[in-house]
Amino acid sequence: MPSKVLYIDLSRRRFWVEDRRKFFEEWIGGSGVAIKLLEEECPKNVNPLEPENPIIFAIGPFTSFYPIASKTVAMFKSPLTGNLGESHCGGRSALAIRMAGYGAIVIKGASETPVYLAIHGEKTYFREGSAIWNMANSYTVGRILRDREPGAGARTIMRIGRAGEKLISYACVVTETYRHFGRLGLGAVFGGKKLKAIVISGRKSLPLADSKAYREVYKEIFDALLASPSMKKYHELGTSMNVNPLNEIKALPTRNLKKANFEEAEKISGEAFAKDFLGKRLACAHCPVSCIHLAALRTPYDLEPYFYKTKMICYDYETIYALGSMIGVSDPKELLKLLDEVEALGLDAISTGVALAWATEAQEKGLISTKETNGLHLKWSEAETYLKAIKLLVNQVNDFYKALGKGVEYASSIYGGKDFALAFGGNEMPGYHTGLAAHLGFLIGSRHSHLDCAGYSIDQKIIASRKKLTIEELTEELINEEAWRQILSSLVICFFARGIYKPELIIKAFKPLGMEFTEDSLKAIGKKILKAKYEFKVREGFNLGELRIPERILQTSAPAGEISKESIIKALKLVEEKLTAL
Amino acid sequence: MIACNRRFGEAGVAKSSIHIKSAGGIERGFIVLVCRACVDPPCMKVCPTDALSKRVGGGVILNSSKCVGCKLCVNACTIGAIFWDEENEKPVICVHCGYCVNYCPYNVIKMEEIS
Ligand code: SF4
Ligand code: SF4
Ligand code: SF4
Repeated sequence: MPSKVLYIDLSRRRFWVEDRRKFFEEWIGGSGVAIKLLEEECPKNVNPLEPENPIIFAIGPFTSFYPIASKTVAMFKSPLTGNLGESHCGGRSALAIRMAGYGAIVIKGASETPVYLAIHGEKTYFREGSAIWNMANSYTVGRILRDREPGAGARTIMRIGRAGEKLISYACVVTETYRHFGRLGLGAVFGGKKLKAIVISGRKSLPLADSKAYREVYKEIFDALLASPSMKKYHELGTSMNVNPLNEIKALPTRNLKKANFEEAEKISGEAFAKDFLGKRLACAHCPVSCIHLAALRTPYDLEPYFYKTKMICYDYETIYALGSMIGVSDPKELLKLLDEVEALGLDAISTGVALAWATEAQEKGLISTKETNGLHLKWSEAETYLKAIKLLVNQVNDFYKALGKGVEYASSIYGGKDFALAFGGNEMPGYHTGLAAHLGFLIGSRHSHLDCAGYSIDQKIIASRKKLTIEELTEELINEEAWRQILSSLVICFFARGIYKPELIIKAFKPLGMEFTEDSLKAIGKKILKAKYEFKVREGFNLGELRIPERILQTSAPAGEISKESIIKALKLVEEKLTAL
Repeated sequence: MIACNRRFGEAGVAKSSIHIKSAGGIERGFIVLVCRACVDPPCMKVCPTDALSKRVGGGVILNSSKCVGCKLCVNACTIGAIFWDEENEKPVICVHCGYCVNYCPYNVIKMEEIS
């Protein structure tokens, strides 16, 4: 069981380690430990961009022991929602933190000048970051740190781009170039601390209570992962395999969700990308599935004939939705260029796409003019113009782009167009317009994400069985799912393997590590973690009754059936009762 | 890396004698570093204490009790396939057991008999 917490104070440039064994025993790791550390470290009502807002990273007891326990949880107060920020990232982050000897890392304070942290085993170094601050491209920052720091092969390199430095509320943290702490603005919190990057490495061995049993359970999990048909699909096409099916059932948000199907979806489908662009597949460290897909995009030099550069660009379902169908872009090459720019600048692709979609419709409706957009005529499908808009946004050239950089909730409160501002609890929507359960999930989930309580999957079951659920049943199912996911995100297992890591298997896998749980005890901890998150949110001013419901989701029909405002309001009341009673 | 370590009854990577790293950025692909079982092993030749002896079938066998932890073998392995166990201050050298091969689902590595 990991138990050591590395504390780093950027203001005083000091670090120390504390053993918090009891804490990990009670709260498992990952999300569970992170929310408790956040409670301890985050002062009430703190401004997310002030030094007092802490950054917590936590990994779980299965990290480095079992395959696909490959994610790190980050917690902080989100600059986008002004409330609980939680973001998960794979790559090599989890393995590196564990191999450096830690279960969690807490970063407090802020540096006066740009800095980057190099954590190698027991040592933490505060390194000069001015030379890599304000670099145009996050890829370059990675390349420089790769050469300067030791630990190749088992290290993580987290860094922010210009978006984080400019405190864009949905700036992300890029790790290993193609993985991200994407959502809710961790990049801006880094920026507020003048923290450009973190490199972490180590080479530990971990003892076992029963190494024979361990090897057996390991093999069972490994074989199950490889035999699973859904894992095979993630491996072959990646998550972008979802584009076609979601489009077919009319659940793929298109042109700011004016519609839920995209005439040209086929061109940006997982199948099309795999056929024409797939250049490489990758995995997070210690995962045999390798769902990460990189497209090879060959672009000619402007003036020189027969001169090309070939770029590797990561794509997946969410990013294809946000910078594809949501803004009407159907040319895969143009879409890849947008993805590349967003990666280079360090923005969250989902929020960026939804922000551009809202701005396009706002301009269509005359709420903003070319005065606000700095001369741009934003038009669905015109990727060139969107590329320019992304640059203006990150450079924060005027009040409009400053507002847009705070998310569509904020921008629409100034310029109007709230009914088509697709944010839930302040967070821009992910790519599922399946029905009521999905949207409820975005509203009530701790992170306002589709991964909280998986409403889209309940909707899909309803579509397939044509069996409707009552509001009572629906909310019950959403909360139960979210409570259980607290266990998965405390262990911290990639959610793609949720079908394999069932309670029985988790209990069995704990034993060789010397830990005993029952299904009931695990479920009780899941509820306790969810409750802790909800209490933190309420402490910071969250109120389920005050959530804004974007009218647009009621106007565009969804495959699981029409969504009414009354049903949402009723559900929110029920959820409030259930969460309070947890 | 993780499979190799597991073979020795522990989790993690400290005792691993296979190492994977990117070829200068993930976009460029990966390099697998593992002992290639030299017929005339340079690592063995530089060992001042004869802690390394020739293994039948290629490569070397480490006699830990003779090893003084001088790291000469690490430098002598041209391809960088000897790693270091920080806890015991001894080299980690591939024993060519092939356990890792069972955990490579994409057939990148395999065991081969060499004559
Ligand atoms: S399935 Fe994909 S995201 Fe999940 S751990 Fe494996 S490579 Fe990473
Ligand atoms: S460790 Fe290096 S030098 Fe020694 S036998 Fe293996 S490959 Fe050859
Ligand atoms: S570290 Fe040990 S095995 Fe290697 S050369 Fe020195 S004595 Fe020989």
